[in-house]
Amino acid sequence: MEFLASLIPPSLSAHAPAVIVVTPLLMAAVAALMPNGRLGWAVTLISTAFAALLALSLIVDVQSAGVISYAMGGWAPPAGIEFRIDALNAVLLLVIAALGLLSVIYALPSVADEIAEDRQALFYSAFLVCFAGLVGVAITGDAFNMFVFLEISSISTYVLVGMGASHDRRALTAAYNYLVLGTIGATFFVIGVGFLYMATGTLNMADMASRLPDLSDSRVVQAAFAFIIVGLGLKAAMFPLHLWLPNAYAYAPNFVTSFLASTATKVAFYTLVRFLFDVFWPEAPFVAVSFLWVFAILGIVGMIVASVQAVFQDDARRLLAFSSVAQVGYMMLGLGIGTAAGVSAGMLHLVNHAMMKGALFMALGAFAIRFGIRRISDLNGFAQSMPFTSIAFTIAGLSLVGVPMTVGFWSKWYLGVAALENGWWWAVAALILSSLIALAYVARMLAAIWVAEPHHDKAGAIAHARAPWLMLGPLWVLAIANIWFFFQPDFLVSLTNAAAEAALSGATR
Amino acid sequence: MTPHLVLRVVSKLLIPLIVVFGLYVHFHGDYSPGGGFQAGVIVAAAVILYALIFGIDSAKRAVPTWFVKFMAALGVLLFGGTGVASLILGANFLDYDVLHPDLAHHTGQHIGIILVELGVLSTVFSVMMAIFYAFAGRAPDIPEGEW
Repeated sequence: MEFLASLIPPSLSAHAPAVIVVTPLLMAAVAALMPNGRLGWAVTLISTAFAALLALSLIVDVQSAGVISYAMGGWAPPAGIEFRIDALNAVLLLVIAALGLLSVIYALPSVADEIAEDRQALFYSAFLVCFAGLVGVAITGDAFNMFVFLEISSISTYVLVGMGASHDRRALTAAYNYLVLGTIGATFFVIGVGFLYMATGTLNMADMASRLPDLSDSRVVQAAFAFIIVGLGLKAAMFPLHLWLPNAYAYAPNFVTSFLASTATKVAFYTLVRFLFDVFWPEAPFVAVSFLWVFAILGIVGMIVASVQAVFQDDARRLLAFSSVAQVGYMMLGLGIGTAAGVSAGMLHLVNHAMMKGALFMALGAFAIRFGIRRISDLNGFAQSMPFTSIAFTIAGLSLVGVPMTVGFWSKWYLGVAALENGWWWAVAALILSSLIALAYVARMLAAIWVAEPHHDKAGAIAHARAPWLMLGPLWVLAIANIWFFFQPDFLVSLTNAAAEAALSGATR
Repeated sequence: MTPHLVLRVVSKLLIPLIVVFGLYVHFHGDYSPGGGFQAGVIVAAAVILYALIFGIDSAKRAVPTWFVKFMAALGVLLFGGTGVASLILGANFLDYDVLHPDLAHHTGQHIGIILVELGVLSTVFSVMMAIFYAFAGRAPDIPEGEW
């Protein structure tokens, strides 16, 4: 990792916080001008690979320097816009950049199959804007700037989801629903930021944090807190606010789903952590109450109800989408525990879930490109039709349940330990119950793939196909990562522990 | 004689003035209210007026769709390019002070803002046109008798 990071010269790495956002944003304009999808893909691949390198260099710098602050336009914070990277958002940058790069590699065959040729370059352009927006949300230290980047990523996401319409017209209503709810979320968030600005007179989050403790009795600050939690909860698909998610994931193009499922809600979850622990502070009475009664309880309800809903889905991608809502519940539970161990477990699950859901949706995309499947019953016997993809799908599916030998086990282990430290045995019981339900819905798909009678073509032979290499490569990288990080959890755990520490130390500032 | 003579003559007189006014708003953007966004909308309004009077086809001949797409991307590149230029000159992203040595009069800031606003003008104009073309291209033309 240090070697890759050292590829970036120091003169560039000093400006890495700006360049990592600007590169995809400007390359989006270049991609839009490309005459065909292949060139658009090449531009996208180069810029995401470059962004991934920059993210690595930033993480190495954060590990040595602690906090990196970059003043946009030379205007010093708190007056100017500050890009601020600490151990907390460094993890996010790594997740977005790595998953972004992998899904872009995966994209070429998938997009060529699903999007009309004359729109592919524009499609990649929209993706790059979304990527830039997500990186921007993760990197910025300015509350209003965060809103702007959140909207940049969301608006391009609506477009990306809507592009699924060439395969399934329901993508249009899904995108429209997402647009309405996402905009409501953004509005709530910006109202909250406005209130905070009114109360503190600053938009810089670190500066806000230093002024807020004197204002804890202020109704304005309390209202701001409520608005921000609801707004970001909508973006993160927190349980009762998740209604946009299942359809958006089910009908978007496959590549978009695998990218969004592994990054978009994660970024929103990060913003929640940032606001709860860094801008507000956990000792404030109204924040302390929200941990148990909002995040823990809703998280647990979400992870059980959404899992049960997932069991009864027929559409494979809808099933995984409901499972995503349930997984957000796990992260919310980690957040609700409110200790360093809890936040660390939530962040660990964030990283792990990005790996498993990314792999699962990629595998479904690979099934779809060869056989056009959507429903679970269509997966019958795929272990014989597409063995490589099926094995990767199985690994990621078991990881989703939390079976030992896969990284999902560690998520649940650390979550359980953190909950027990708080004496929340009921949270552990819910965790186990939800994992059993997860086993039920994953088993439904795995049974179809491995046990059910395979499809036969007219001659009576089993239909064989191999997914394109560009799809199998990233899929297997993620599948192997799911196993690798079970045996080598120290790397991820040290990253997320540092992240949780950074989040909680902000509270005492 | 073509119909709507008054409309045609008046709009032909007005369109250049609207464009000039748009540029006026643009170049005052760094001193006073105005700037690239408003200017882009005003200039686009001139073309939209042209399209309303002379038909969408002649508007598309004057401002083709490929040109609209190109200018939309160019504007973004101009905006970001200004920031990248200041990066290359050794300052932070979008730090315009390095664009000109005369710091006492903030000449660099003026140059930077004008360039950035030019990018905004280009993109806003193009996106307005793209939206207009997208909507206008869907409806059937209004028959002459129904004006």
